[in-house]
Amino acid sequence: MPTVTYKGKTYEVDEDGFLQDPEVWDENFAHYVKDSEGISELTDEHWKVINYLQDYYKKNGIAPMVRIMTKVTGFKLKKIYELFPSGPGKGACKMAGLAKPTGCV
Amino acid sequence: MAKMHPTPMLDELEKGPWPSFVTDIKRLAEAGKDACADLLGQLELSYKDKEGHWKHGGIVGVLGYGGGVIGRYSDVPDLFPGVEHFHTLRVNQPASKFYKTERLREVMDIWERRGSGMLNMHGSTGDMVLLGAFTEELEPIFAELTAKGWDLGGSGSALRTPACCVGKARCEWACIDTQDICYDLTMEFQDEMHRPAWPYKFKFKVDGCPNGCVASIARSDCSIIGTWKDDIRIDQEAVAAYAAGEICANGGAHGPDTKLDIQADVCDLCPTRCMSYDGKKLYIDNKECTRCMHCINLMPQALRPGTETGASILVGAKAPILEGAQMSSLIIPFIPMEAPYEEFKDFVEKMWDWWDENGKNRERIGELIQRKGLQEFLKAVELEPDPRMVKEPRYNPYIFYQEDEVPGGFERDIKEYRKRHAR
Repeated sequence: MPTVTYKGKTYEVDEDGFLQDPEVWDENFAHYVKDSEGISELTDEHWKVINYLQDYYKKNGIAPMVRIMTKVTGFKLKKIYELFPSGPGKGACKMAGLAKPTGCV
Repeated sequence: MAKMHPTPMLDELEKGPWPSFVTDIKRLAEAGKDACADLLGQLELSYKDKEGHWKHGGIVGVLGYGGGVIGRYSDVPDLFPGVEHFHTLRVNQPASKFYKTERLREVMDIWERRGSGMLNMHGSTGDMVLLGAFTEELEPIFAELTAKGWDLGGSGSALRTPACCVGKARCEWACIDTQDICYDLTMEFQDEMHRPAWPYKFKFKVDGCPNGCVASIARSDCSIIGTWKDDIRIDQEAVAAYAAGEICANGGAHGPDTKLDIQADVCDLCPTRCMSYDGKKLYIDNKECTRCMHCINLMPQALRPGTETGASILVGAKAPILEGAQMSSLIIPFIPMEAPYEEFKDFVEKMWDWWDENGKNRERIGELIQRKGLQEFLKAVELEPDPRMVKEPRYNPYIFYQEDEVPGGFERDIKEYRKRHAR
């Protein structure tokens, strides 16, 4: 498995840059993903989404449906893409250290 | 010249009359495409092992979109480095797939420089499919495609690329302008296509008539099928010519000498038996006609669809997973289909709202209708139940009533009952 090193810390990721073990997630990892996902600065709004995704994942063992995420965070999908240009799956979930989305994508 | 691998099994597939995909890919490999040589190598290995050699899944894309690119990685990249990344790009095709060579060359030029040079013309949903790109090439490819006016198609839990039959472009049976509808829906719902927002995938397909040349009834969650309301147009002189054998049946589909026996081939095969032929004239009892197309298909020069045209809307087709395969069910028997298609789009928005609100994760709309019932769906899209929505009425008596339909409602006091019926 490939590893990435960011600001002195090393993480095991897959080819798509998703964290292999959600347990080792830290804020530093979010900053590493930020650079590859076209985000210059992590704002409170970014963190609101990231924290929500992590809470939901810890509680339910899966990522929330898009609809639930937009409802709870109060951010419309358009806003989510403004925050995370590659979208809630490839952008936000990756940054939050969640498992890689699967299925017919 | 790329490094060619020995492919004894694939070489067998270069024999025989049908165009060989192996020969085609070899031609590209010999022109220097490593991805093509390594693809053949990995495919040969799969033939030998009888199992695939792509890793599970893959999440790649372009900024701003949540879909359109299908990520793939080889699980034997050391053996076949040319296919270590082998991502697929779905490019939204023009309606009915009419092209000019200059436009195709445009795409091929980009693809030859930045991708494997291999493609699918086309994916089952309709997209032009560019097969095999490395991650770092995705954004440049996307930038070059969009600069030339192309865009990606849909993937993921989103609206997928709409498709249509050849329609009025070159078919005398098209009751609706399938291409315009397809293009209009594609442009109207760009957001829904590029940014997955739903419980699962959703597909539109547009057929110009019940012949179903794009198979919308089997392969789209919302099937738009052209039809007509008035009478079939009959040219009795042409009917006589068919009867005399001057024109061969079915446009010659059964050979150039097929003489039509109008009684046996047409009237006796009509599913509602609403036609008769007295040896001189053909009669159709149009109010009993279900517009199955059979007579029109057999005698295209004598019979034509009516002129009061529109579409039937059917909903819910899907493949077997999870709850079993479904074809679409009739929801709107007849709806006018003239641009800008507002009445149809109103229905679509109501349908999506209900599905998005009620659908479980990865539940197709056909399954949601199965789970919640057609009644609930009809309420959501504000349609009255209609006998045409069922093939047959229910034969079990488990019938739900709304409380307001029942005199006295559902609140009952057992004590009142006991006054009349002792324990």
